[in-house]
Amino acid sequence: MWKRDEAVRPVSGQPVAPPPQTPAPIGASSNHPGTNQKVENDIVNIGKSVVIKGELNGSEDLTIEGQVEGTIQLRDHVLTIGPNGRIKAQVFAKSVIVLGQVAGNVTASEKVDIRDNGSVDGDIVSPRVAIAEGAHFRGSVDMQRKGAPAQPQKPAGTSATASVAPGNAAATQTPAAQPSTPAAHRAGA
Amino acid sequence: MGLLDRLVARKAESGSPVVGASAGGEPVFSTKALRKFLAVLTARESPVLLDLGAVVGSNVSFFGEQLGCKIFVENLYADLERHTRDQTLDAFPEFLKTRFAVESAAVDGILCWDIVDYLDRRSALALTEQLVRMLRPEGALLGFFGTAPARDTFYTKYVVVDEVNLKHRAYPAACRRQSILLNRDIIRLFSSLRVTESFLLQNNLREILFRKPAWGG
Repeated sequence: MWKRDEAVRPVSGQPVAPPPQTPAPIGASSNHPGTNQKVENDIVNIGKSVVIKGELNGSEDLTIEGQVEGTIQLRDHVLTIGPNGRIKAQVFAKSVIVLGQVAGNVTASEKVDIRDNGSVDGDIVSPRVAIAEGAHFRGSVDMQRKGAPAQPQKPAGTSATASVAPGNAAATQTPAAQPSTPAAHRAGA
Repeated sequence: MGLLDRLVARKAESGSPVVGASAGGEPVFSTKALRKFLAVLTARESPVLLDLGAVVGSNVSFFGEQLGCKIFVENLYADLERHTRDQTLDAFPEFLKTRFAVESAAVDGILCWDIVDYLDRRSALALTEQLVRMLRPEGALLGFFGTAPARDTFYTKYVVVDEVNLKHRAYPAACRRQSILLNRDIIRLFSSLRVTESFLLQNNLREILFRKPAWGG
């Protein structure tokens, strides 16, 4: 108690600067280092130690630093695949930003953005596509001009889901669902 | 007014190719065949394009957003680089036979760039066989062919500036260009296609536009 009071007392009449705040790295919670997911400013973060197999649905922006296999649906929100993210899934979202690796088809109603060092092996359907100079891409790009977002087809073999809803970042790990992507069938892939 | 007319294009004042430099220092050269290649694409309702080069974001935007193409990006330079480093170039012709998942006669245009210059004869034949298979009747293929030996080992990304200008962006390679192909060698190599345009550019590249005959290939 005494030490804390002294610590906040102004010295020589000078104002006390607030303690420096260091931003928490993506995928790590500053309060609970072992926690893999957090809800902060309406952005859910799946940490890099998390592996999800199955169907991932959500109604808020999501950042993935871990591994996801199966299907990801964020119909009206932004999905960010962080630098550590490894995705083997069909992806459906409003916007998709790729800094990590994606193997699977990506459908976005607004934009797909593959940043430097980001990698996509699969087919992209989106009205806008941005690919940075150092990015890797193999597949097809279809900049459809239809307004309606594409409806995902449920992949065979997916029996359980992992849902992410506002205020509830719990994800259920489920048995693996293997996405069937054209990229997976390409020779030499 | 056609789609090509609506594109913002920097018109070449003279008929001869112009070599310059972009703001980023990358050389820019004029192209005559690209405009004709684009005309083939825009004549189709939903053109399908096959790009054999490394992915270039601005090219994807150009062909996808402005021309409404569906684009297949199949970076053969990366495959060639991998086989060169792994010293498995002998297997490259066989690899090419199963490389493309695109259906036959499904592509309206192929951007071949200068990949043929880096291939030996067996690989070049295997590649052209696949390209002819994928190309639709009346479809177009745009290729560049060196006319002078290159000492350095590098690949080139061709960035579309507009319909009459391309930017060169070189990047390191483990593979050297093979021997220079003469005109007759190129024509024999693409014997199933017909040459509709051939231009010798000031940067010693020959650009050739091939069309697949309507009666088949």
